[in-house]
This record gives sequence, C-alpha cells and structure tokens, in this order.
Amino acid sequence: MKASALVRIATQSILRNKMRTLLTMLGIVIGVAAVIVMVAVGQGAQANIEAQIRGLGTNMLMVMAGSSSQGGVSQGAATFNRLTIEDAEKLEREATLLAAVSPVVFSRGQIIGGAGNWRTAIIGAAPNYQTIRDWPVDSGSFFSAADLRSVRRVTVLGRTVANALFPDADPVGQQIRVRNVPFTVIGVLTAKGQTAGGNDQDDTILIPYTTARAYLSGHFRIGQIIASTFSPGDIPAAQQEIRAIMRESHRIPDGDDDDFTIRNQDDIAAAAQGTTRVMSLLLAAIASISLLVGGIGIMNIMLVSVTERTREIGIRMAIGARGSDVMAQFLVESIVISLVGGLIGLALGFASGVLLAHLTGWAVAMSPQAALIAIAFSAAVGVFFGFYPARKAAALDPIQALRYE
Amino acid sequence: MPTADIPVIRLQGVTKVYSPGENAVHALAGVDLEIRRGELVAIMGASGSGKSTMMNILGCLDTPTAGRYELDGIDITGLTKNALADLRSLKIGFVFQGFNLLARTTALENVELPLLYDRAGRFAPAASPAPEALRRVGLGERMHHVPSQLSGGQQQRVAIARALVTNPSLILADEPTGNLDSHTSLEIMALFQELNAQGITIVLVTHEPDIAAHAHRVIEMRDGHIVRDARVDAPLDAAAELAQLQVAS
Repeated sequence: MKASALVRIATQSILRNKMRTLLTMLGIVIGVAAVIVMVAVGQGAQANIEAQIRGLGTNMLMVMAGSSSQGGVSQGAATFNRLTIEDAEKLEREATLLAAVSPVVFSRGQIIGGAGNWRTAIIGAAPNYQTIRDWPVDSGSFFSAADLRSVRRVTVLGRTVANALFPDADPVGQQIRVRNVPFTVIGVLTAKGQTAGGNDQDDTILIPYTTARAYLSGHFRIGQIIASTFSPGDIPAAQQEIRAIMRESHRIPDGDDDDFTIRNQDDIAAAAQGTTRVMSLLLAAIASISLLVGGIGIMNIMLVSVTERTREIGIRMAIGARGSDVMAQFLVESIVISLVGGLIGLALGFASGVLLAHLTGWAVAMSPQAALIAIAFSAAVGVFFGFYPARKAAALDPIQALRYE
Repeated sequence: MPTADIPVIRLQGVTKVYSPGENAVHALAGVDLEIRRGELVAIMGASGSGKSTMMNILGCLDTPTAGRYELDGIDITGLTKNALADLRSLKIGFVFQGFNLLARTTALENVELPLLYDRAGRFAPAASPAPEALRRVGLGERMHHVPSQLSGGQQQRVAIARALVTNPSLILADEPTGNLDSHTSLEIMALFQELNAQGITIVLVTHEPDIAAHAHRVIEMRDGHIVRDARVDAPLDAAAELAQLQVAS
C-alpha cells in the first residue's frame, strides 16, 4: 500500500473522531512542550554560567590555600593561611609564563560617605588585578603601582557601591570612610553582573593590598592569588611553573603534598556546568515522564479504536488487505497523532519558553537540536505505543471480525 | 490466463471440522462441487447446514481441514494468510447481508477501497474504475453520498459495485437481500441477473426460496452435505417481475 494512501486513510479516521483525537494528542502536546521548555531553561542556565565564567577574566589562574598535613594527618582544605604576600611577589618575580599576578585580600566592612553608609566586600589587590579580571573603569582610573608602593588610601568602587553612596553624582574625588579610615575615590568600575552563584560582583570596593595591610589589619588574610597567562595555550605549563615556585616558596620537601590548590577557568566552568547539567537532565527526565503518560494515552485510544473498528478490519481483510496492511494503517494512525501532537507541542514549547524568558528574565536557550529530538521522540512514542494495538488488529481473523457486532 | 474450460470453483472431498476431538463439529463432510464460468448459483440451506462454512471456504477466508479447493485452477491448499489475502484481492468480490460499508465514507471511497490492496497493480491511479462500477449498479449520481444518506437498496448497490470494481472471477453474496424488503430485494436480484448476463460468475447464499428461484442452479445443503444440486430450467426474471409490479400498482 502506498505511503500517501496510508496517511490519507489515517487522517480521515482521525478527523472522524476530532474531540477524542484532540484529547489524546493533548498528552503528547504537553509532554513535548514540557521537554522543550525544560531543556531550554537548562541550556539557558548553562549558557549563562559559561558567559559568567568567561567574565571572570581572561586566561585566569587561581592559587588558593589548600590542605596542609602535619605528620601525615591531613588538616583539610584551607586549614592554615598558607598564602602570603611573599608568595605573590615571588611569583611575579620568577614566573616567565605569567602576564600578571595579584594577591587578593578579602574582608567585609562598613563604609560611610556621600548619601549614607553601606556594608560591602573590601578587596585588597595589586594594580594587575584589573588586567587579570579584564575589568575596565567607567570613570576615573584604577590605582597604580605608585599607589601600591606609597600605601596610599585610594579606592575604586564597584558599580553597586557607587550607586548606593553617590546616586546622583560622580564619586571620583569624593572622600569615603572605610572602617573609619578615610579614603579617596579615584575610579568607578563598569558593571560586571552576578556570578554563577548569584553574588553581585559589583557590590565591592578595591584598595591596594599594601593599604589593606597597613590600615585594615586584624583581618588580613590572602584568600587567593590570581594570575593570567599571555595566551590560553600557556595555561597548563603556567600551572606547572606556579606549582614549582610555590613549593619552593613554602619549602615543601619532595614527596609531600602541595599545601595549595591551583585552579583554572576550565576547572571552575566544569564544576559549575556539572551542577547545571544534572539539573537540566533532571528537568528533562521529569518532562519525559509526561511524554510517556501521553504515549500510554495513545495506546489506550488505539486499543479502543481497534475494538470499535473490528468490523471495518474484517471488511478490509475480506477485500484483500493483508495483516501487514491493517497493521500499517493503525501504526500510521498513531504516528500521525503523536507527530501532530509533537509539532503542536513544539510550537507551544517555544511560545512558553519565550513567555517564560519575558516574564521571569531567565535566560532561555531554544536549540534546533532539542526541537528535532522532541519530534523524533514523539514519532517514536507513536510507533512504540501504537505497535501493540496495531498488531492486535492485524492478528484478527476476518471471519470473526466480519461477524463482530 | 484461465480458459473457459477450467471451472471457477472445484471442490473435491472438502471437509471442515471445528474443534477437533470428542465434540468435533463436521461443518462440511466431504463436499464435491464444480461451478463454471458465467453461472448464477444459489446455495440454500437452514442454519447449521454448513452453507456459511462453505461460503467462507469459497471466499478464501477459511481453509478446508481436508480435501482440495481450486479457485480458477489455483489450488489453495497450504497457502499462507498473505497469499489468501492476495487471492481474495485478485479473484473474489464479496457482498454481505449487512452491506458492510465503511460509515462516514462516500460511496466512491467505499468502492475504491479494494483498489488500495491491489498488489497486482492492475489499475492505474489516473483511471480509477470506481466511478464506472458505480454507474454499472445505477448509482452514478450518488457517488459522493455517505452510507447514512443512502437507502438499504442503494447501500447494497454500493457494496456490489465494491465487489465488481476489481473485475473478479467470482462474486460471493451472503444473504444479499436478507436486510431488504421484497421490492428492493427484487431490484437487487435484477441487478445480479443483469451482471450475470454480462458474464460474471455469481454465487449467492440464501435461505429464501423466492430469491433462489432467480438462479440458474440451486444447491441445497444439509448437515455438511450437498443434498440437491439442480439446474433451474426457467429461472424467474426479476426485471420482468418488477415491471409487472409497476403495472399492478
């Protein structure tokens, strides 16, 4: 039997039961739409995280205080503050593959100035920090090597802090007090947005690390040293170089473990993506369950249809239809139902994805692959769940079927 | 190509046993029969006489337990279900008591149905024989009516057109007038006689002597045997009867 004839027969019999077919299709429509939206949300989140990790800086490497061990007993991560200014200075001096190095001193504190006061992150860093993080200023300038050497009380504000303290004016040249120490604002950074973890990267102020050590002591800790290489290809070699210099600086005997950890952007990205991948897989799996339920709905209706049309099957067989013709007829019918349902679901999924993005502001990424997979999957549902009813129809005995009331 | 010498139907010692074992039912108990091209035969018998089983076997819907059945010279013994389906498509047209048309499907589409399953590729899609078949049964004007818009007699005409459309060797009609009033029954019989006059072999199964009286040959069955096989010297002419009725009323 020709494919065109099969599709025509299937369409005719589907149209004869419009309401029933529509309700049956609804299961597939909702299933496919759910899969499309969930995959779009998952992929949107992933794309978002990738963009944010790129936003951390270019060719960046991070050195963090790692686990230390005393007499073979591991003390766990960051047990001791093992990173020092000297480590950073040694790296700056000796490393050949690093374009820039900066220690990062992190604390929190209250700042006062302009319109009021604000509690924020205070980061002590070297002027290179700006290069490594690839973070330009909106106005003014970043602090210089001279500021660092002279331990000047100058600060560069993140966009959020600038907006909080100086909503109407340019803060450059203004005085603020950081933990009651007066500082001069010399620049305002451009907005960088949120991190993957939801932290506002712009809710911060930057000061030279020498100034942090001199004026804000008591809480002085080097959380990490960040560095950047000249090109992405240098990262693995640079990691080895940093490791050698750090082991020398910390005087770690051969055979002992490192007491620091080196991470690159790919490591960070992989960790973050692992989480979102699991999340989007989970979402897609839940959505697929509704597709499965939709498929069972199709099987149910096809079984009813076979019983209802027993006599028709008998007639078709009497006038020369083979079992395979009858089977093909019912199989095509269930495939048409699920495929049309899949297409409607696809349209609905795209529409709700766009609506969701519009209403919630979430990043939603629609991919043509997801659409293709959804369509292929709904056709597969049609075949899988249509097979049993179709086989049942094909196995009917024409004499019994003709007598069926 | 089958020649006129080969009978359309030849049964030799055909037996059909249902549920073999202690309660075996011998629906057919060794039947011999030959029907030649161009015959109009009525098979009569009470219910349980084996005429339905006979019909199913003649129509290749069922196979004999023992014996030999040749349709147009082709031995159907041992044929697969698919081969039987192909044989039905090629050689047989069915007409049923309950018309058995597809509901909500136009007369034309109903008549075109057997063409879908024509594996021999005898009919070019461009020149469908369906409209011609409908004209032959006098329904040229109602091709696009669905069964619910047609009277019982008209529905049976559509069914006859469906049986005719593949140009079969044999038309098998199972109680074709069973659901029709006597006037319409006469019309259907007149149609069968007209088609037979054009050379089509027709086998009718009926329990009504009035209907059987229009055949050229009447076979009577009882308990799985043929008890009478007689030629009718002067079969009734349904068209003439109808004309008479018209004059009388």
